[in-house]
Order: sequence, then structure tokens, then C-alpha cells
Amino acid sequence: MSAVTPLLQMKGIVKRFPGVRALDGVDLEVLPGEVHCLLGQNGAGKSTLIKVLAGAHRPDEGVVTLGGEEVRPASPIDAIRLGISTIYQELDLVDGLTVAQNVFLGHEPSRLGFVGRSEVGRATRGLLTRLGHGEIRPGTEVGRLSPAAKQVVSMARALSRDTRLIVMDEPSAALAHDEVANLFRIIRELTAQGVAVIYISHRLEEIREIGDRVTVLKDGRTVAVGLPAKTTPTGEIVSLMTGRSVEHVFPPRPAPGSHEGRPEVLRVEDLAVPGVLSGVSFSVRAGEIVGLAGLVGSGRSEIIEAVYGARRFTGNVLLEGRPVGRGGTGRTVRLGMGLAPEERKSQALLLDQSVTRNISLAGLGRYSRLGWLDRRREAADARSLVERLDVRPGDPDRPVKTLSGGNQQKVVLARWLLNERRLLLLDEPTRGVDVGARAELYAVIRELADSGIGVLLVSSEVPEVLGLADRVLVIREGTVIHQGDARDLDEHRVLDMIMEGGAL
Amino acid sequence: MTEPQGRAPASPASPVDVAGSPAGPDAPGAAAPRPAPPPATRLSRLGEVPHLGLVAALALLAVVGLVTVPDTFASASNLVGILSLAATIGVITVGATFVIIGGGIDLSVGAVMALASVWATTLATQSYGPLIMIVCAVLVGAGAGLVNGLLIAYGRLVPFIATLAMLVAARGLAQRMSDRRTQLVQQGNQAIVDLSTTRVLGVPVLVYIFAVVVAAGWVLLNRTTFGRRTYAVGGNPEAARLAGIDVRRHTMWLYALSGLCCGIAAVLIMARTTTGSSTHGDLYELDAIAAVIIGGTLLTGGRGSIVGSILGLLIFTVITNLFILNGLNTSDQLIAKGLIIVVAVLLQRRSLRSPT
Ligand SMILES: Nc1ncnc2c1ncn2[C@@H]1O[C@H](COP(=O)(O)OP(=O)(O)OP(=O)(O)O)[C@@H](O)[C@H]1O
Ligand SMILES: [Mg+2]
Repeated sequence: MSAVTPLLQMKGIVKRFPGVRALDGVDLEVLPGEVHCLLGQNGAGKSTLIKVLAGAHRPDEGVVTLGGEEVRPASPIDAIRLGISTIYQELDLVDGLTVAQNVFLGHEPSRLGFVGRSEVGRATRGLLTRLGHGEIRPGTEVGRLSPAAKQVVSMARALSRDTRLIVMDEPSAALAHDEVANLFRIIRELTAQGVAVIYISHRLEEIREIGDRVTVLKDGRTVAVGLPAKTTPTGEIVSLMTGRSVEHVFPPRPAPGSHEGRPEVLRVEDLAVPGVLSGVSFSVRAGEIVGLAGLVGSGRSEIIEAVYGARRFTGNVLLEGRPVGRGGTGRTVRLGMGLAPEERKSQALLLDQSVTRNISLAGLGRYSRLGWLDRRREAADARSLVERLDVRPGDPDRPVKTLSGGNQQKVVLARWLLNERRLLLLDEPTRGVDVGARAELYAVIRELADSGIGVLLVSSEVPEVLGLADRVLVIREGTVIHQGDARDLDEHRVLDMIMEGGAL
Repeated sequence: MTEPQGRAPASPASPVDVAGSPAGPDAPGAAAPRPAPPPATRLSRLGEVPHLGLVAALALLAVVGLVTVPDTFASASNLVGILSLAATIGVITVGATFVIIGGGIDLSVGAVMALASVWATTLATQSYGPLIMIVCAVLVGAGAGLVNGLLIAYGRLVPFIATLAMLVAARGLAQRMSDRRTQLVQQGNQAIVDLSTTRVLGVPVLVYIFAVVVAAGWVLLNRTTFGRRTYAVGGNPEAARLAGIDVRRHTMWLYALSGLCCGIAAVLIMARTTTGSSTHGDLYELDAIAAVIIGGTLLTGGRGSIVGSILGLLIFTVITNLFILNGLNTSDQLIAKGLIIVVAVLLQRRSLRSPT
């Protein structure tokens, strides 16, 4: 391995933000044609490191060498010229432009200054087809796409350039199972051509499948370099990452059928959204976690949105026997629902505002006496939730945008833990959350259910649905094709149903 | 520049406690932020730092005044004059700050104020006495604002268009009602004019009214759920909606609030000029918006403060005052104001860029 000269070397990288040393002497070495995985807890500094590499942040100290030469990418354009393409964790597409315009933004093929529109369209279609998403039209405005489709566009953009190194920051977070397979196929194609890939993910099984070597970060320092990705024991990786051993298990479930006698929190009858959902009926009992499994685009998120009153529907949605009606989200929140939406940045967070204000947003009524805010109680509650979910850094006054992705997700969850809810709707609650924190979140979710709340859970990770939920609904093309106890299913069966529709 | 000062105290907390966490995840997190006072002071300091530049600019202008016109500038009557001048637009600026933080814009403020002043000084209204005149002005203002709000929130009109239409229509209606004549406040209703002539501790009552409106606006924005929701609605409407906030209804109230402020401003202008007129408040919308922007409020919404807006307005008013005292012409004054807006926005952009 050491015989090959490394493509990229980063040595002693230090990056300080006001109040934090996000990187405190990080080393990274990537060989040509390898898939190098970067692992670390939320806030370990992974995204910051790749932003340094991509020219989006300037390091305070340290040396970067690419192909044997020292480089100092001062801006994203510099980095792109050097042959480094980056797919950021937080998508960075321009909503108002079309897919094709986004893909070629900044490097439009042009003749005499005129953008060759048809050429751009054709090239974009080619890239999307190669990514297995020929159905995304190059002329569509990006703002109208689903998060998963945006991810694909972002990938097409990275592929549209000549690159030696592609950096992917949690690319699989927004993708469903089959799309991840597709992504891996493309990564293999790239590496076969000698392109190196830096791959960041919190899903260890992905690292096993696609990775060659692993570098582990902890608290802004490198704690292990060049571990073999396939053979290093999980326990070792996890304890390197977290500094402790995590039992990555799902919390115990109550015995099957123990919810039978409990009252129904949610009853959905014949729910339909034209063109997306039809004839969806199910119920959630108090204390029960119901999981929705299905492909991205199968209608899972739409079910959640309709139930929450954020989307028009026909049919009946009853919360504790009361129809949700047309009152919108104001009414559903008042009746006792809470939603942690799929895309935290655009749908859930006030990025400029403090953690405290983000947590209290949906529960302002609790702190108000005739409209007057009790800020002391607000701050105290926020502080205790920050501790309970172990949000890092644990400073509730920090603007949310300075937190790492996984920690932002915890803030969104904290918002609904603050309020006593009757029903919680969780859309991809552990997206971007690290292994250690995941186990804690699972425990919190189960604890909430045990306290008598109903939980409706959407996740692209089938093992998560099967491990956490009591009952599972399998959704395909907008209809429920299977309903049953989670313990009667395994991953294979669910995947078969999701793909082929082979219901029982 | 705001960040290092604001958050420096937090620096040791995160890396240190995380590193020492093998025992359990909860303990260190709990221990580190324990000292209660720092967050509070940190927060208040953060809030003040952006205004530092404004205060400095105001101080600079004061120095210019003391040097160029030493006898007149610092005189009590001049300072009181500045405040009286600022009071009318000041009240409007408070309302405009809410609308802009909430992600909107209100171009109709000057026209609505004119309409309210005309309506309150018609012979019919005046026959009911000063109290009813005040009530009338405030209701007309709030009503016009409510119409703006309904059009924008439920009629889905773009705020720029809806309030532009209101600007034109309100001026027209004011002209119609007054027959384009200036309406004097009658002898029997001198109580209105007394608001500007009666002084308490040497300061006219209308300045106190201005101060009360500013204080009430500050409390509403910083200490109530209404204020919190305003930031949320302006900062990320989708997140606000999914958090159960009725974004449309809130938006409607923001414009009604702005209209209400215009109604109060109408009372002040009647007091100062002893008239109601369809020409009152011409271009006030620009002054108000400029003051809000100089004060650091983002035109895109979600960020801003009342204190900043008022400081921005005072800077504007003091410049006007200095130009007049120095006998300079008003065109130069406009050029100076234009430059200040550009500089303020450039500074604002720089402070926005620093965090990634
Ligand atoms: N612009 C910023 N200003 C201040 N602090 C920041 C900023 N960006 C990141 N940080 C801090 O730097 C640290 C590292 O964050 P980073 O986003 O690199 O973590 P990460 O390893 O990518 O985590 P995740 O898995 O959650 O995405 C965190 O403590 C974060 O709060
Ligand atoms: Mg990250």
C-alpha cells in the first residue's frame, strides 16, 4: 500500500471557529483509485475537513499536497480547477435554476460567451441516466425536486467536471436502498478509472461494502489512519470514534399484541392525495411505534405530511377520535401532533437563531402568559434537552447553523420532546446522526412511546424500521401493500416487497 | 467582528469536555455549561455589538455638530427639535421594522398616515372632539394596514405590489376626502396641538409618545411570543408553518401593526403641523425603510432589531439637522443620505459573510 504515492496528503490541519477548534491537527492520506472513508461522531470535524479541502474554509495551520505538490485552494473554484469535486452534506443547489443549469453552474460549455443550451441539456441527461435517474428532466426547476432527487443532481454536478478526487459528505443520507446500490456502482466505475473518492457516512455497513481504508476523527483530531475498511472490527471502529463502547442495539420492545387494548391515537381512513396516494388506511395506538417502509417517492413522506395537515388530502384523519380537518398545521399542532421533517435545513430550522429559540419554536405557548415569554423557563428547558440528547457543543445560545449536521438533527427532535405530544411524526429522524447518538435517540423514541405517545416513523433504512417499530406498513406506489408485526419480517422480505410489490 | 467577542467564553467548554467523556455521555455536557450567568451576558453582548457601529456613527455626527456649529447644535432646543422631528417617522419605523423582520415590506406607510390625518380632521370627525379624532386616526391606520395584510396573507399578493397599490389608493382617497385642501385642526380641538406644545421636563409630549411606542415595540419584539414568531416567519416560513405557526395570520397582523403605527404617526403630525393633509408623509416610506436597513435589519427577513432602526433614524435626522444648521443645501443632504445607506448595507453584508 505504501508503495503507491498518495494522491492527497493533508498534514496537521488546524481550523478554529470562534469558540471552537473544529480541527486540531488532522492528518489524512488518500491513494489514487481508492475509496477512503472518513468516520467520526457528529461534530468530529469531518465536514470541516472536507470544506478545507474544497476551498470553502481556509485552514489556520497545516499543509495540503495533491499529487506531490503543495496546494492552497483559496476558493471553491480553485479546488475545482485542481480536480477536487465536492458533494456537500448540506445541499448547495440554486432552487430557482433548472437541473441542467445547476449541473453546469460555473462551467457552462459556451461558444463565444453563449451558453450552448441544447448541449447542456444533452450532457445533463447523459449524466442523470448514468446515475440511474433518467426520469429527472434537465429543464425542471430544482426547487420542485424531492430531497433525494436534489442529491442526485448534486452528484451529477460533481461528475460533470474533470476530477481526480471526489469528496462525498454523507451522500447516502437522502438515498433509498436501491439508490445507494446505484451510487456504489458509480463509485466503482470512478475508482476503476483511477479517481479517488473520500466517502463520509454514519452507516458502517456502507463503509464495509464500498470502502478500502478508513480514517477516524475524534474531536478534531485523527485517532486512526488507514485502517482496512473491510476487516477492522466494528467494536474497534466505534470505540475509536466515541471513546467508549456503544451497544448498538435497539431498545427492547413490549411483547407483541400488548398494544391491542390501548386507545387509538391516530386513525387514517382511505387517505388519498391525487397522483401520489390512494386508499391508505391504518391506525397508531398509544405507546406504539409504527414504521413506514418504502422507496423514496413511494409516498411515505406524503402520508406524514397529509396526516400533519401540511398537504391537502381526501379521506379521514382522526387524532384521538377528532377529525384533523382542514385547519392546517396550526390545528394539528394544537391537537398534539409534532413533526420532525425530512429536510432539516429548509423545513425545520431557523439557521441564524440560537439552539434555544429553535427548540422552543413550536412550544412558545408553554412559556407565554398573555403573550409574554418566560425566557428563564425557556432557557432552562432548552438546556436540559441539550443535555438529554447530548447536543454538542452543549451551548444553547449558539446559532444553529454553527452546529454539525447530526447535532442540528437533534435540535429538531428536541423541539418535539419539549412539548407533550400525543403523536410524533418522524421523517428520517436519524439521518446524519452518528452511531453513538443513534442508540441514544432510539432509546429516547422508545421511551416516548412507553410514556403513551404514538409514533409514526419513516426511514429509508429498513433495519431501522424493523428494529425500532412495533408494526410496519410497507408502502409501494402510494398504497399500503403490507401491514404487520415488525418481528414477523426481515430485511430481505421487506426489500422484496418494496421493489417487486410481492405482497402476501 | 461580532463573533469572537460574543462567543469567546465558550471556547474551553466543548473540546475539553468531549475529550474527557469516556465515562458517560451526559456528565460532561451537564458540567460544562453549568455557570448560569455567562450565557445571559454573552447573549446581551451579542445583541449590542451590532449597534456599536451605529452609536459610533451617531457620536461622530455629534462631534461634527459640536465643531461646526458649537453654540446651536448642543442647545437644549435643538436636541429637542431633533427628537420632535424624529418622532413621526420614528413611530412608523417601529412598525416597518416588524414588517421587514417578518419578511415583508410596507410601501404605503406615508400615504396611510396622510389618509389617517385627513380622515381625523374632516369637519364631521372634528365635531366629536379630540379624543375621537385620535381614535379615528388610529383606526383608519390600522384598518388600512389590515387590508394590506389580508391582501398579502390571504390574497397571495406580493407585499411590494399590494402596499404600492395601497400607497396610490390611500393618497387618492385622502385627496378626495379633503378636496386637496389642507384641513386645519379647529380651535375647540387644541388638545391635539397641545401634544407638541406642552412640555414635561422641557420635552414635548409627542416625544414621550414616540418613546412609549419604541418601548412597546421593543417589548413586543423581544419579550413576547408574537415577536418570536415574527423572527420565525421572516427567517424560515416553511419551518414556522411546520412548527404549527399560522404564518398567514401572523403576516396579516404584522401589516395591521404597521398601519396602527401610521395611525399614531398621523396624530403626531397633526399635533406638529396643526393640519391634516393628503400631502403629509410624502416619501416617508423610503426614510423608514432606509432607517430599518441602516439599523441592521435584513431586507430578506428573520433578523433585525428595534434599537437599530431607531439609531438609524436618529442618524438620518441628525444629518438633516446638521445640514440645516450649517446652511448647506438639501440636495447635498440627499447625496449624503444615499451614501450612508450604501455604506451601511456594505457593512451589513460583511458581517453576514463571516459565519459560513
Ligand atoms: N461556521 C462555523 N462556526 C462555528 N463553529 C463551526 C462552524 N462550522 C462547524 N463548526 C463546529 O465545528 C465542529 C465540527 O463540525 P463538522 O460540521 O465538521 O462536524 P461533522 O464531523 O461533519 O459532523 P456531522 O457528522 O454531524 O456532520 C462542530 O463542533 C461544529 O459546531
Ligand atoms: Mg458533517
